Amino acid sequence: MREVVIIGAGQTKFGERWEKNLKDLMAEAGTKAVMDAEITGEEIDALYTGCMASGRLIGQEHIGALVADQVGLNPIPSTRIEAACASGGTALKTAYLSIKSGEYDTVVAGGGEKMVDVLTGKVNYALGGAGDQETEVFNGATFAALYALMARKHMDKYGTTEEQLGKVAVKNHENGAKNPLAQYQREITLESVMNSTEISSPLKLFDCSPITDGAASVVLTTKEKAEEMDKEYVEIIGSAQASDTLSLANRKSITSVKATRKASQKAYKKAGIKPEDVDFAEVHDCFTIAEILAMEDLGFYEKGEAGKAVEKGETRLNGKLPINPSGGLKSKGHPVGATGIAQAVENYKQLTGKAGERQLKNPEIGLSHNVGGSGATAVVHIFRKMK
Amino acid sequence: MNEAIPLNWRKYPERYRLEGTHCENCGEDFYPKRKICPNCRRKGKLKDKKMAREGEIISYSKVKASHKDFQDETPYHVALIKLDNDVKIFSQVIDSEDEDVEIGARVKKVFRKVNDKDGGVIAYSHKFKVKK
Repeated sequence: MREVVIIGAGQTKFGERWEKNLKDLMAEAGTKAVMDAEITGEEIDALYTGCMASGRLIGQEHIGALVADQVGLNPIPSTRIEAACASGGTALKTAYLSIKSGEYDTVVAGGGEKMVDVLTGKVNYALGGAGDQETEVFNGATFAALYALMARKHMDKYGTTEEQLGKVAVKNHENGAKNPLAQYQREITLESVMNSTEISSPLKLFDCSPITDGAASVVLTTKEKAEEMDKEYVEIIGSAQASDTLSLANRKSITSVKATRKASQKAYKKAGIKPEDVDFAEVHDCFTIAEILAMEDLGFYEKGEAGKAVEKGETRLNGKLPINPSGGLKSKGHPVGATGIAQAVENYKQLTGKAGERQLKNPEIGLSHNVGGSGATAVVHIFRKMK
Repeated sequence: MNEAIPLNWRKYPERYRLEGTHCENCGEDFYPKRKICPNCRRKGKLKDKKMAREGEIISYSKVKASHKDFQDETPYHVALIKLDNDVKIFSQVIDSEDEDVEIGARVKKVFRKVNDKDGGVIAYSHKFKVKK
Protein backbone atom coordinates (compact mmCIF):
# COMPACT_ATOMS: atom_id res chain seq x y z
CA MET A 1 0.00 0.00 0.00
CA ARG A 2 1.29 3.48 -0.79
CA GLU A 3 1.78 5.87 2.08
CA VAL A 4 0.20 9.33 2.07
CA VAL A 5 2.03 12.38 3.39
CA ILE A 6 1.45 16.12 3.78
CA ILE A 7 4.14 18.28 2.13
CA GLY A 8 2.63 21.72 2.49
CA ALA A 9 0.04 23.61 4.52
CA GLY A 10 -1.58 27.03 4.41
CA GLN A 11 -4.16 28.90 6.41
CA THR A 12 -5.64 32.37 6.15
CA LYS A 13 -5.98 34.56 9.19
CA PHE A 14 -9.20 33.45 10.90
CA GLY A 15 -11.63 36.11 12.06
CA GLU A 16 -14.05 38.72 10.83
CA ARG A 17 -12.66 39.11 7.32
CA TRP A 18 -14.97 41.87 6.08
CA GLU A 19 -12.65 42.70 3.19
CA LYS A 20 -12.56 39.16 1.76
CA ASN A 21 -15.15 36.88 0.20
CA LEU A 22 -15.15 33.06 0.22
CA LYS A 23 -13.30 32.86 -3.12
CA ASP A 24 -10.49 35.12 -1.86
CA LEU A 25 -10.08 33.15 1.35
CA MET A 26 -9.98 29.76 -0.37
CA ALA A 27 -7.56 30.97 -3.04
CA GLU A 28 -5.27 32.48 -0.40
CA ALA A 29 -5.10 29.30 1.71
CA GLY A 30 -4.63 27.08 -1.33
CA THR A 31 -1.85 29.24 -2.76
CA LYS A 32 -0.03 29.30 0.59
CA ALA A 33 -0.19 25.50 0.83
CA VAL A 34 1.03 24.94 -2.73
CA MET A 35 3.89 27.44 -2.27
CA ASP A 36 4.84 25.70 0.98
CA ALA A 37 4.81 22.34 -0.84
CA GLU A 38 6.99 23.76 -3.61
CA ILE A 39 4.95 22.15 -6.38
CA THR A 40 3.41 23.58 -9.54
CA GLY A 41 -0.22 23.56 -10.59
CA GLU A 42 0.53 20.95 -13.28
CA GLU A 43 1.43 18.44 -10.58
CA ILE A 44 -1.99 18.63 -8.88
CA ASP A 45 -4.38 15.83 -9.88
CA ALA A 46 -7.52 16.84 -7.97
CA LEU A 47 -9.04 19.17 -5.38
CA TYR A 48 -11.34 18.38 -2.46
CA THR A 49 -12.93 21.20 -0.49
CA GLY A 50 -14.83 21.02 2.78
CA CYS A 51 -17.62 23.56 3.03
CA MET A 52 -20.75 23.25 5.13
CA ALA A 53 -23.29 25.95 4.52
CA SER A 54 -22.25 28.34 1.75
CA GLY A 55 -25.71 28.00 0.23
CA ARG A 56 -27.52 29.18 3.32
CA LEU A 57 -24.85 31.66 4.37
CA ILE A 58 -23.89 33.41 1.13
CA GLY A 59 -26.20 31.86 -1.48
CA GLN A 60 -23.35 30.11 -3.29
CA GLU A 61 -23.24 26.38 -4.07
CA HIS A 62 -21.04 24.46 -6.50
CA ILE A 63 -17.95 25.20 -4.42
CA GLY A 64 -15.90 22.46 -6.10
CA ALA A 65 -15.89 24.11 -9.51
CA LEU A 66 -15.62 27.55 -7.93
CA VAL A 67 -12.34 26.64 -6.22
CA ALA A 68 -10.74 25.14 -9.35
CA ASP A 69 -11.80 28.24 -11.28
CA GLN A 70 -10.42 30.69 -8.72
CA VAL A 71 -7.00 29.07 -8.51
CA GLY A 72 -6.71 28.57 -12.27
CA LEU A 73 -6.64 24.78 -12.13
CA ASN A 74 -9.37 23.96 -14.65
CA PRO A 75 -9.97 21.28 -15.89
CA ILE A 76 -8.83 19.04 -13.00
CA PRO A 77 -11.64 17.41 -10.98
CA SER A 78 -12.71 19.52 -8.00
CA THR A 79 -15.26 18.31 -5.50
CA ARG A 80 -17.00 19.81 -2.49
CA ILE A 81 -17.41 17.60 0.55
CA GLU A 82 -20.12 18.36 3.09
CA ALA A 83 -20.40 16.72 6.51
CA ALA A 84 -21.51 19.75 8.57
CA CYS A 85 -18.69 20.95 10.85
CA ALA A 86 -16.73 17.81 9.90
CA SER A 87 -16.65 18.84 6.23
CA GLY A 88 -12.93 19.68 6.39
CA GLY A 89 -11.92 16.42 8.06
CA THR A 90 -14.04 14.48 5.59
CA ALA A 91 -12.44 16.34 2.66
CA LEU A 92 -9.02 15.38 4.05
CA LYS A 93 -10.10 11.77 4.36
CA THR A 94 -11.47 11.75 0.80
CA ALA A 95 -8.23 13.25 -0.54
CA TYR A 96 -6.25 10.67 1.43
CA LEU A 97 -8.32 7.83 -0.05
CA SER A 98 -7.92 9.17 -3.59
CA ILE A 99 -4.13 8.83 -3.27
CA LYS A 100 -4.27 5.61 -1.28
CA SER A 101 -6.36 4.06 -4.06
CA GLY A 102 -3.65 4.77 -6.60
CA GLU A 103 -5.89 6.99 -8.72
CA TYR A 104 -4.10 10.25 -7.91
CA ASP A 105 -0.58 11.14 -6.77
CA THR A 106 -0.88 14.73 -5.59
CA VAL A 107 -4.06 16.30 -4.27
CA VAL A 108 -5.01 19.49 -2.42
CA ALA A 109 -7.50 19.17 0.45
CA GLY A 110 -8.95 22.47 1.55
CA GLY A 111 -11.85 23.91 3.46
CA GLY A 112 -13.45 27.28 4.01
CA GLU A 113 -16.48 29.15 5.24
CA LYS A 114 -17.68 32.74 5.03
CA MET A 115 -19.92 33.32 8.04
CA VAL A 116 -19.85 36.89 9.34
CA ASP A 117 -21.81 38.47 6.48
CA VAL A 118 -25.16 37.33 7.93
CA LEU A 119 -26.88 38.02 11.26
CA THR A 120 -26.29 35.63 14.18
CA GLY A 121 -29.86 34.28 14.15
CA LYS A 122 -29.40 33.25 10.53
CA VAL A 123 -26.00 31.67 11.24
CA ASN A 124 -27.55 29.70 14.11
CA TYR A 125 -30.30 28.54 11.78
CA ALA A 126 -27.82 27.51 9.06
CA LEU A 127 -25.64 25.62 11.54
CA GLY A 128 -28.78 24.01 12.95
CA GLY A 129 -28.95 22.09 9.69
CA ALA A 130 -26.13 19.92 11.08
CA GLY A 131 -28.74 18.43 13.40
CA ASP A 132 -32.16 17.08 12.57
CA GLN A 133 -34.21 19.80 10.87
CA GLU A 134 -37.63 18.27 11.50
CA THR A 135 -37.27 17.39 15.19
CA GLU A 136 -34.50 19.65 16.52
CA VAL A 137 -34.31 22.93 14.59
CA PHE A 138 -38.11 23.00 14.14
CA ASN A 139 -38.55 22.74 17.91
CA GLY A 140 -36.14 25.54 18.77
CA ALA A 141 -32.79 23.76 19.02
CA THR A 142 -29.58 25.64 18.40
CA PHE A 143 -26.19 23.98 18.46
CA ALA A 144 -25.40 25.61 21.77
CA ALA A 145 -28.64 24.12 23.14
CA LEU A 146 -27.75 20.59 22.02
CA TYR A 147 -24.26 20.80 23.54
CA ALA A 148 -25.81 22.40 26.64
CA LEU A 149 -27.96 19.28 27.05
CA MET A 150 -24.81 17.13 26.86
CA ALA A 151 -22.98 19.44 29.28
CA ARG A 152 -25.81 19.42 31.84
CA LYS A 153 -26.00 15.63 31.80
CA HIS A 154 -22.19 15.25 32.01
CA MET A 155 -22.18 17.58 35.03
CA ASP A 156 -25.03 15.64 36.62
CA LYS A 157 -23.48 12.21 35.99
CA TYR A 158 -19.76 12.87 36.57
CA GLY A 159 -19.64 16.04 38.63
CA THR A 160 -17.98 18.08 35.87
CA THR A 161 -18.21 21.75 36.86
CA GLU A 162 -18.84 25.00 35.00
CA GLU A 163 -15.39 26.15 36.22
CA GLN A 164 -13.76 23.11 34.60
CA LEU A 165 -15.53 23.95 31.34
CA GLY A 166 -14.38 27.54 31.74
CA LYS A 167 -10.78 26.40 32.16
CA VAL A 168 -10.91 24.74 28.74
CA ALA A 169 -11.65 28.19 27.26
CA VAL A 170 -8.92 29.86 29.34
CA LYS A 171 -6.37 27.25 28.22
CA ASN A 172 -7.34 27.53 24.55
CA HIS A 173 -7.05 31.31 24.63
CA GLU A 174 -3.65 30.95 26.28
CA ASN A 175 -2.58 28.94 23.20
CA GLY A 176 -4.43 31.09 20.67
CA ALA A 177 -2.61 34.16 22.01
CA LYS A 178 0.53 32.56 20.55
CA ASN A 179 -1.05 31.89 17.14
CA PRO A 180 -0.80 34.83 14.72
CA LEU A 181 -3.57 33.35 12.55
CA ALA A 182 -6.06 32.97 15.42
CA GLN A 183 -9.25 35.00 15.58
CA TYR A 184 -8.65 35.96 19.23
CA GLN A 185 -4.98 36.41 20.01
CA ARG A 186 -5.50 37.24 23.66
CA GLU A 187 -5.69 35.47 26.98
CA ILE A 188 -8.86 35.48 29.05
CA THR A 189 -9.46 34.87 32.75
CA LEU A 190 -11.75 32.32 34.38
CA GLU A 191 -13.73 35.23 35.85
CA SER A 192 -14.45 36.61 32.39
CA VAL A 193 -15.70 33.19 31.25
CA MET A 194 -17.88 32.75 34.34
CA ASN A 195 -19.28 36.28 34.03
CA SER A 196 -19.94 36.08 30.29
CA THR A 197 -23.55 36.20 29.18
CA GLU A 198 -25.51 32.95 29.17
CA ILE A 199 -26.17 31.55 25.69
CA SER A 200 -27.90 28.29 26.52
CA SER A 201 -27.54 27.31 30.16
CA PRO A 202 -25.16 26.02 31.47
CA LEU A 203 -23.12 27.25 28.47
CA LYS A 204 -22.01 30.87 28.45
CA LEU A 205 -20.68 33.01 25.62
CA PHE A 206 -17.06 32.11 26.41
CA ASP A 207 -17.90 28.38 26.32
CA CYS A 208 -18.79 28.78 22.63
CA SER A 209 -16.54 28.91 19.60
CA PRO A 210 -17.05 32.09 17.60
CA ILE A 211 -18.51 32.81 14.16
CA THR A 212 -15.52 33.00 11.83
CA ASP A 213 -14.40 33.55 8.25
CA GLY A 214 -11.41 31.60 7.04
CA ALA A 215 -9.91 28.88 4.91
CA ALA A 216 -7.15 26.29 5.18
CA SER A 217 -5.40 23.90 2.79
CA VAL A 218 -2.94 21.02 2.81
CA VAL A 219 -1.08 19.36 -0.06
CA LEU A 220 -1.07 15.58 0.00
CA THR A 221 1.15 13.29 -2.01
CA THR A 222 2.81 9.88 -1.79
CA LYS A 223 5.75 9.29 0.52
CA GLU A 224 7.66 8.15 -2.57
CA LYS A 225 7.18 11.47 -4.35
CA ALA A 226 8.06 13.48 -1.22
CA GLU A 227 11.28 11.51 -0.90
CA GLU A 228 12.09 12.04 -4.59
CA MET A 229 11.53 15.78 -4.05
CA ASP A 230 13.71 15.60 -0.93
CA LYS A 231 10.89 17.40 0.84
CA GLU A 232 10.14 17.34 4.56
CA TYR A 233 6.79 15.68 5.20
CA VAL A 234 4.31 14.52 7.83
CA GLU A 235 2.83 11.09 7.28
CA ILE A 236 -0.87 10.31 7.75
CA ILE A 237 -0.71 6.96 9.55
CA GLY A 238 -4.39 6.67 10.43
CA SER A 239 -7.57 8.07 8.87
CA ALA A 240 -11.00 6.97 10.04
CA GLN A 241 -14.56 8.19 10.09
CA ALA A 242 -17.73 7.07 11.87
CA SER A 243 -21.41 8.02 11.78
CA ASP A 244 -24.17 8.15 14.36
CA THR A 245 -27.79 9.29 14.52
CA LEU A 246 -28.35 12.84 13.31
CA SER A 247 -30.47 13.77 16.30
CA LEU A 248 -29.23 13.73 19.87
CA ALA A 249 -32.49 12.22 21.11
CA ASN A 250 -31.92 9.01 19.16
CA ARG A 251 -28.62 8.21 20.92
CA LYS A 252 -28.30 5.78 23.81
CA SER A 253 -25.91 8.11 25.64
CA ILE A 254 -25.51 11.88 25.49
CA THR A 255 -22.45 11.99 27.76
CA SER A 256 -20.25 10.21 25.23
CA VAL A 257 -19.89 10.73 21.48
CA LYS A 258 -20.01 7.23 20.03
CA ALA A 259 -18.81 8.29 16.56
CA THR A 260 -15.65 9.72 18.16
CA ARG A 261 -15.04 6.47 20.05
CA LYS A 262 -15.54 4.36 16.92
CA ALA A 263 -13.49 6.56 14.57
CA SER A 264 -10.59 6.90 17.00
CA GLN A 265 -10.45 3.18 17.78
CA LYS A 266 -10.27 2.47 14.05
CA ALA A 267 -7.62 5.15 13.48
CA TYR A 268 -5.43 3.87 16.36
CA LYS A 269 -5.69 0.35 14.98
CA LYS A 270 -4.70 1.44 11.47
CA ALA A 271 -1.81 3.49 12.84
CA GLY A 272 -0.72 0.66 15.10
CA ILE A 273 -0.61 2.93 18.14
CA LYS A 274 -2.45 3.41 21.44
CA PRO A 275 -4.01 6.64 22.77
CA GLU A 276 -1.05 7.01 25.18
CA ASP A 277 1.35 7.21 22.21
CA VAL A 278 -0.23 10.49 21.05
CA ASP A 279 1.93 13.52 21.94
CA PHE A 280 -0.69 16.21 21.29
CA ALA A 281 -4.16 16.53 19.77
CA GLU A 282 -6.23 19.09 17.94
CA VAL A 283 -9.79 18.30 19.05
CA HIS A 284 -13.18 19.68 18.06
CA ASP A 285 -13.95 22.15 20.87
CA CYS A 286 -16.95 23.86 19.25
CA PHE A 287 -18.10 24.22 22.87
CA THR A 288 -15.95 23.70 25.97
CA ILE A 289 -17.93 20.55 26.86
CA ALA A 290 -17.01 19.12 23.44
CA GLU A 291 -13.31 19.19 24.37
CA ILE A 292 -14.08 17.37 27.65
CA LEU A 293 -16.10 14.74 25.73
CA ALA A 294 -13.31 14.40 23.13
CA MET A 295 -10.61 13.90 25.78
CA GLU A 296 -12.61 10.98 27.16
CA ASP A 297 -13.95 9.49 23.93
CA LEU A 298 -10.54 9.58 22.22
CA GLY A 299 -9.30 7.33 25.03
CA PHE A 300 -7.00 9.85 26.70
CA TYR A 301 -9.00 9.89 29.94
CA GLU A 302 -11.56 7.71 31.69
CA LYS A 303 -15.16 8.94 31.57
CA GLY A 304 -15.62 11.72 34.09
CA GLU A 305 -11.88 12.39 34.50
CA ALA A 306 -11.33 14.97 31.75
CA GLY A 307 -12.66 17.95 33.72
CA LYS A 308 -10.23 17.23 36.56
CA ALA A 309 -7.32 16.88 34.10
CA VAL A 310 -8.12 20.31 32.65
CA GLU A 311 -8.21 21.73 36.17
CA LYS A 312 -4.74 20.30 36.85
CA GLY A 313 -3.40 21.89 33.66
CA GLU A 314 -2.49 18.56 32.09
CA THR A 315 -3.62 19.70 28.64
CA ARG A 316 -1.78 23.04 28.58
CA LEU A 317 1.17 23.56 26.22
CA ASN A 318 3.59 22.44 28.92
CA GLY A 319 1.29 19.71 30.27
CA LYS A 320 1.63 15.98 29.73
CA LEU A 321 -0.88 15.94 26.84
CA PRO A 322 -1.21 19.33 25.14
CA ILE A 323 -4.66 19.71 23.59
CA ASN A 324 -5.45 22.33 20.97
CA PRO A 325 -2.02 23.99 20.83
CA SER A 326 -3.39 26.13 17.97
CA GLY A 327 -5.98 27.69 20.29
CA GLY A 328 -8.68 25.28 19.16
CA LEU A 329 -12.00 26.30 17.70
CA LYS A 330 -12.57 28.53 20.73
CA SER A 331 -9.66 30.92 20.23
CA LYS A 332 -8.36 30.19 16.74
CA GLY A 333 -11.92 30.42 15.38
CA HIS A 334 -14.34 28.00 13.72
CA PRO A 335 -15.03 28.68 10.03
CA VAL A 336 -16.90 25.37 9.95
CA GLY A 337 -15.79 23.94 6.59
CA ALA A 338 -12.16 24.94 7.23
CA THR A 339 -11.84 23.55 10.74
CA GLY A 340 -10.91 19.93 9.94
CA ILE A 341 -8.21 21.12 7.54
CA ALA A 342 -6.91 23.77 9.96
CA GLN A 343 -6.42 20.96 12.50
CA ALA A 344 -4.26 19.14 9.94
CA VAL A 345 -2.35 22.38 9.29
CA GLU A 346 -1.52 22.62 13.01
CA ASN A 347 -0.43 18.98 13.09
CA TYR A 348 1.83 19.62 10.11
CA LYS A 349 3.32 22.72 11.72
CA GLN A 350 3.92 21.07 15.09
CA LEU A 351 5.46 17.94 13.56
CA THR A 352 7.78 19.94 11.28
CA GLY A 353 8.82 22.39 14.00
CA LYS A 354 7.13 25.36 12.31
CA ALA A 355 4.64 26.26 15.06
CA GLY A 356 6.54 29.32 16.29
CA GLU A 357 5.88 30.52 19.82
CA ARG A 358 3.52 27.65 20.59
CA GLN A 359 5.89 24.95 19.27
CA LEU A 360 5.80 21.78 21.39
CA LYS A 361 9.04 20.07 22.32
CA ASN A 362 9.80 17.58 19.56
CA PRO A 363 6.43 15.83 19.20
CA GLU A 364 6.39 12.57 17.17
CA ILE A 365 2.69 11.76 16.86
CA GLY A 366 -0.25 14.14 16.58
CA LEU A 367 -4.00 13.61 16.22
CA SER A 368 -6.88 15.60 14.77
CA HIS A 369 -10.52 15.10 15.71
CA ASN A 370 -13.27 16.79 13.71
CA VAL A 371 -16.97 16.45 14.60
CA GLY A 372 -20.09 17.16 12.56
CA GLY A 373 -23.27 18.27 14.31
CA SER A 374 -23.78 17.01 17.84
CA GLY A 375 -21.72 13.92 16.98
CA ALA A 376 -23.36 12.40 13.88
CA THR A 377 -19.99 12.42 12.07
CA ALA A 378 -16.53 12.10 13.59
CA VAL A 379 -13.30 12.03 11.63
CA VAL A 380 -9.97 11.20 13.24
CA HIS A 381 -6.55 11.50 11.63
CA ILE A 382 -3.22 10.45 13.12
CA PHE A 383 -0.03 12.09 11.90
CA ARG A 384 3.60 11.05 12.36
CA LYS A 385 6.72 13.13 12.04
CA MET A 386 9.08 12.16 9.18
CA LYS A 387 11.57 9.51 10.28
CA MET B 1 -38.77 27.52 8.61
CA ASN B 2 -38.96 27.79 4.83
CA GLU B 3 -41.37 24.90 5.07
CA ALA B 4 -43.80 24.23 2.31
CA ILE B 5 -47.40 23.42 3.21
CA PRO B 6 -47.04 19.76 2.11
CA LEU B 7 -44.20 19.24 4.59
CA ASN B 8 -46.39 20.34 7.46
CA TRP B 9 -49.21 18.19 6.17
CA ARG B 10 -46.97 15.10 5.94
CA LYS B 11 -45.85 15.60 9.52
CA TYR B 12 -49.37 15.69 11.04
CA PRO B 13 -49.23 12.15 12.48
CA GLU B 14 -45.87 12.77 14.16
CA ARG B 15 -46.47 16.32 15.27
CA TYR B 16 -50.18 16.23 16.14
CA ARG B 17 -50.51 12.70 17.51
CA LEU B 18 -46.90 11.96 18.56
CA GLU B 19 -46.97 8.94 16.31
CA GLY B 20 -43.74 7.00 15.85
CA THR B 21 -42.99 3.41 14.91
CA HIS B 22 -42.58 0.15 16.77
CA CYS B 23 -40.45 -2.73 15.49
CA GLU B 24 -42.22 -6.03 16.03
CA ASN B 25 -38.93 -7.87 15.54
CA CYS B 26 -36.73 -6.21 18.20
CA GLY B 27 -39.46 -4.51 20.23
CA GLU B 28 -37.91 -1.04 20.13
CA ASP B 29 -39.96 2.13 19.62
CA PHE B 30 -38.78 5.02 17.44
CA TYR B 31 -39.64 8.71 17.20
CA PRO B 32 -39.81 10.21 14.66
CA LYS B 33 -41.04 7.45 12.35
CA ARG B 34 -38.54 5.31 10.54
CA LYS B 35 -38.95 3.28 7.37
CA ILE B 36 -36.15 0.87 8.30
CA CYS B 37 -35.43 -0.45 11.79
CA PRO B 38 -31.79 0.51 12.50
CA ASN B 39 -31.36 -2.58 14.68
CA CYS B 40 -32.91 -5.22 12.42
CA ARG B 41 -32.76 -3.56 9.00
CA ARG B 42 -34.51 -5.85 6.48
CA LYS B 43 -35.67 -8.26 9.19
CA GLY B 44 -37.43 -5.43 10.99
CA LYS B 45 -41.21 -5.12 11.01
CA LEU B 46 -42.25 -1.55 11.63
CA LYS B 47 -45.77 -0.54 12.63
CA ASP B 48 -47.09 2.90 13.49
CA LYS B 49 -47.46 3.48 17.20
CA LYS B 50 -48.47 6.39 19.39
CA MET B 51 -45.75 7.36 21.81
CA ALA B 52 -46.35 7.77 25.55
CA ARG B 53 -47.76 11.18 26.50
CA GLU B 54 -45.64 11.53 29.61
CA GLY B 55 -42.04 11.12 30.56
CA GLU B 56 -39.16 12.61 32.50
CA ILE B 57 -36.50 15.21 31.81
CA ILE B 58 -33.07 13.69 31.09
CA SER B 59 -31.36 17.05 30.51
CA TYR B 60 -32.46 20.64 29.90
CA SER B 61 -31.22 24.07 28.92
CA LYS B 62 -32.59 27.60 28.95
CA VAL B 63 -31.96 28.99 25.47
CA LYS B 64 -31.11 32.69 25.52
CA ALA B 65 -29.69 33.03 21.99
CA SER B 66 -31.93 31.32 19.48
CA HIS B 67 -32.17 30.89 15.74
CA LYS B 68 -34.18 33.17 13.50
CA ASP B 69 -37.60 31.47 13.92
CA PHE B 70 -37.59 31.72 17.71
CA GLN B 71 -36.34 35.26 18.31
CA ASP B 72 -39.75 36.50 19.55
CA GLU B 73 -40.05 33.93 22.32
CA THR B 74 -36.47 33.78 23.60
CA PRO B 75 -35.58 32.84 26.32
CA TYR B 76 -37.25 29.43 26.51
CA HIS B 77 -36.54 26.00 27.90
CA VAL B 78 -35.65 22.96 25.83
CA ALA B 79 -35.18 19.45 27.15
CA LEU B 80 -34.36 15.93 26.23
CA ILE B 81 -37.25 13.89 27.55
CA LYS B 82 -37.43 10.15 28.06
CA LEU B 83 -41.02 9.13 27.34
CA ASP B 84 -42.56 6.31 29.35
CA ASN B 85 -42.24 3.95 26.37
CA ASP B 86 -38.45 4.44 26.58
CA VAL B 87 -38.08 6.76 23.58
CA LYS B 88 -36.20 10.04 23.89
CA ILE B 89 -37.58 13.20 22.35
CA PHE B 90 -36.30 16.78 22.01
CA SER B 91 -38.86 19.40 22.91
CA GLN B 92 -39.52 22.83 24.29
CA VAL B 93 -40.73 22.87 27.90
CA ILE B 94 -43.32 25.57 28.44
CA ASP B 95 -45.76 26.89 31.04
CA SER B 96 -43.35 25.80 33.78
CA GLU B 97 -41.38 27.71 36.41
CA ASP B 98 -37.60 27.86 36.00
CA GLU B 99 -36.97 25.96 39.24
CA ASP B 100 -39.33 23.15 38.21
CA VAL B 101 -37.45 22.40 34.99
CA GLU B 102 -34.84 19.97 36.29
CA ILE B 103 -33.38 16.54 35.62
CA GLY B 104 -35.88 13.89 36.70
CA ALA B 105 -38.93 16.21 36.54
CA ARG B 106 -42.09 14.53 35.23
CA VAL B 107 -43.51 16.18 32.13
CA LYS B 108 -46.60 15.76 29.98
CA LYS B 109 -47.30 16.52 26.35
CA VAL B 110 -49.35 19.52 25.32
CA PHE B 111 -50.35 20.70 21.84
CA ARG B 112 -49.14 24.13 20.76
CA LYS B 113 -48.37 26.42 17.85
CA VAL B 114 -44.64 26.16 17.13
CA ASN B 115 -44.23 28.89 14.56
CA ASP B 116 -45.87 30.97 11.88
CA LYS B 117 -42.71 32.42 10.36
CA ASP B 118 -43.12 30.84 6.96
CA GLY B 119 -45.33 33.23 5.06
CA GLY B 120 -48.24 32.73 7.43
CA VAL B 121 -48.23 28.92 7.44
CA ILE B 122 -48.89 27.98 11.04
CA ALA B 123 -47.08 24.87 12.22
CA TYR B 124 -48.38 23.07 15.30
CA SER B 125 -46.67 20.36 17.25
CA HIS B 126 -46.02 18.93 20.68
CA LYS B 127 -44.42 20.77 23.56
CA PHE B 128 -44.13 19.53 27.12
CA LYS B 129 -44.91 21.01 30.52
CA VAL B 130 -43.79 20.02 34.00
CA LYS B 131 -46.44 18.06 35.91
CA LYS B 132 -47.20 19.56 39.29
